[in-house]
Amino acid sequence: MEKTKSVKKSVKSSRINIGDFIYEKLTLIFAVIVFAMIILMGYEMYINSKLSIDKFGWDFITETTWDPVEEIYGALPSIYGTLVSSFLALMIAVPLSLAVAVYLAESAPGWLEKPLSFMVELLAGVPSIVYGLWGIFVLVPWLREEVEPFLNEHFGYLPFFDGPMYGFGMLAAAIILSIMVLPIITSISRDIMKSVPSVQKEAALALGATKWEAIKIVLKNSKSGILGAVMLGLGRAIGETMAVTMVIGNRPIISESLFDPGYTMASIIANEFTEATTELYLSALIELALILFVITIIINIAARLLVWSLEKQWKQN
Amino acid sequence: METELKKYKRRLKYRKAVNLAVNSLTFLAALIAILPLFLIFYYTVSKGIGRLNLEFFVEMPKPVGEPGGGMANAIVGTLILVGIGGAIGLPVGIMSGIYLAEFGKNKFGQLLRFLTDVLSGIPSIVVGVVAYTLVVIPMKQFSALAGGVALAILMIPTITRTTEEMIKLVPHSYREAGLGLGIPKWKTSLFIILRTAWKGIATGVLLGLSRAAGETAPLLFTALGNRFWSTNVFEPIASLTVYIYDYARAPFEDWNAQAWTAALVLIILISLLSLTFKIITRSKYKTN
Repeated sequence: MEKTKSVKKSVKSSRINIGDFIYEKLTLIFAVIVFAMIILMGYEMYINSKLSIDKFGWDFITETTWDPVEEIYGALPSIYGTLVSSFLALMIAVPLSLAVAVYLAESAPGWLEKPLSFMVELLAGVPSIVYGLWGIFVLVPWLREEVEPFLNEHFGYLPFFDGPMYGFGMLAAAIILSIMVLPIITSISRDIMKSVPSVQKEAALALGATKWEAIKIVLKNSKSGILGAVMLGLGRAIGETMAVTMVIGNRPIISESLFDPGYTMASIIANEFTEATTELYLSALIELALILFVITIIINIAARLLVWSLEKQWKQN
Repeated sequence: METELKKYKRRLKYRKAVNLAVNSLTFLAALIAILPLFLIFYYTVSKGIGRLNLEFFVEMPKPVGEPGGGMANAIVGTLILVGIGGAIGLPVGIMSGIYLAEFGKNKFGQLLRFLTDVLSGIPSIVVGVVAYTLVVIPMKQFSALAGGVALAILMIPTITRTTEEMIKLVPHSYREAGLGLGIPKWKTSLFIILRTAWKGIATGVLLGLSRAAGETAPLLFTALGNRFWSTNVFEPIASLTVYIYDYARAPFEDWNAQAWTAALVLIILISLLSLTFKIITRSKYKTN
């Protein structure tokens, strides 16, 4: 046993071409750069936010005041704004994107599927600054003059739809975000539904199931992958900066009303980074970036694992 | 017996109705989903086309109050920024893509592939902050170089993954033919496989570059922006996207209108690039 192993080894090594060796190691170095980059990013932000981390500790996350004049920095309003705007966006985008994904993967006729998929992908390619521009000049006035008065009139008894109507605010941010995450959730869940082995579906159809009943089986089989797609959408929504900054109103307050302005972690950084005059101010902003980095990395890892493990499982079958 | 059949028929009718309802609802959802695309295109074109003329491309921005003027410095600035990003991001992206495709069939390759995907999920504003700490703080100055570094980090995952996919699309027989002739693996890879896949890789690179051209957040405090003409990579530099941001928030109608034109130019650039990407990759699939 030992002998055959060593013989095999020597045969293998004698065959390795020096050019091949260099080629592999050279490309390897570049591949490892990606890995090094993630570590370096975390390290850089940790070092540069040390001042704020030492001064505020964990209170940074629970403190509700963000006041550069008094030098008190608390992340809670922006964490709140980030989470609320992202979850609202998912509430709008998830049902819609799943319906679109089902249509594209299962029911759309061939001649319609390609252009529709292409348009959904185009939506993903529109730069976020253009969404923001459209948000400021089209969406916000529409919300202020039509949607918010309507919601206030009919649902004003709910605290979410009460208060002054600026247009700029949490609602505008959520709507813009929902448009931006829709293509991601749609295209990933469509791919997952398409890659579900069709045996069960065909069996169901052969037994006389309607198309929808067969689709339900596909949906059941792709549950964890769809969850992964939704989480990838969440990751995108949490990190989205420009479009949100332009429509959310940028005020570090926690308010029940969706009409009120808010702030997200990303938009604070975008808005105040160049104005940060003191070292502590800058360091607090970098700590916000670090929190954002950690959250999005965790979400991305979990989401990718869900999608990957499912696809792997099908490939093995 | 009779009632049993009736029941069954009613049940079937119900099931078919549900099927039809779901089908129409999902179709409706698809229409709603692409509605924003048309709205955004409609507004960008209708509000931006008025100023889309030669002046916009060759003249400098005018001070507030003076009508006209263009964004020549911003257009050149965007090109320089994307160029720096490409110069750093291209070699890293392509080489790591080659590694993943040629040597990445093990656990380690799997891990690297995974990390590349994770890297693509990191928000662009965070990448901007890192470029600030890496380049702006040591150099004590905002610069085009810092913006380019941020864009490079953002485009690497796209380039890596498309390079890998395109290499994998090359039929196995090509590789076998090369190896069968006794050509070493690295020569086969570089001169046969890459040569076959280069069109696809080039378009993947274009896709990465065009996405980088649309980025704003990582440039806000790296390249900063500049009202004047500058091609010095160690100085702050203007870019189309940061101009859109500043002009959109400015309280001058004239500036707002120019923001729309800049957005139109940006959208045309990006859609053209992704369209070519689509067409070229599609024809690739067909020949295989």
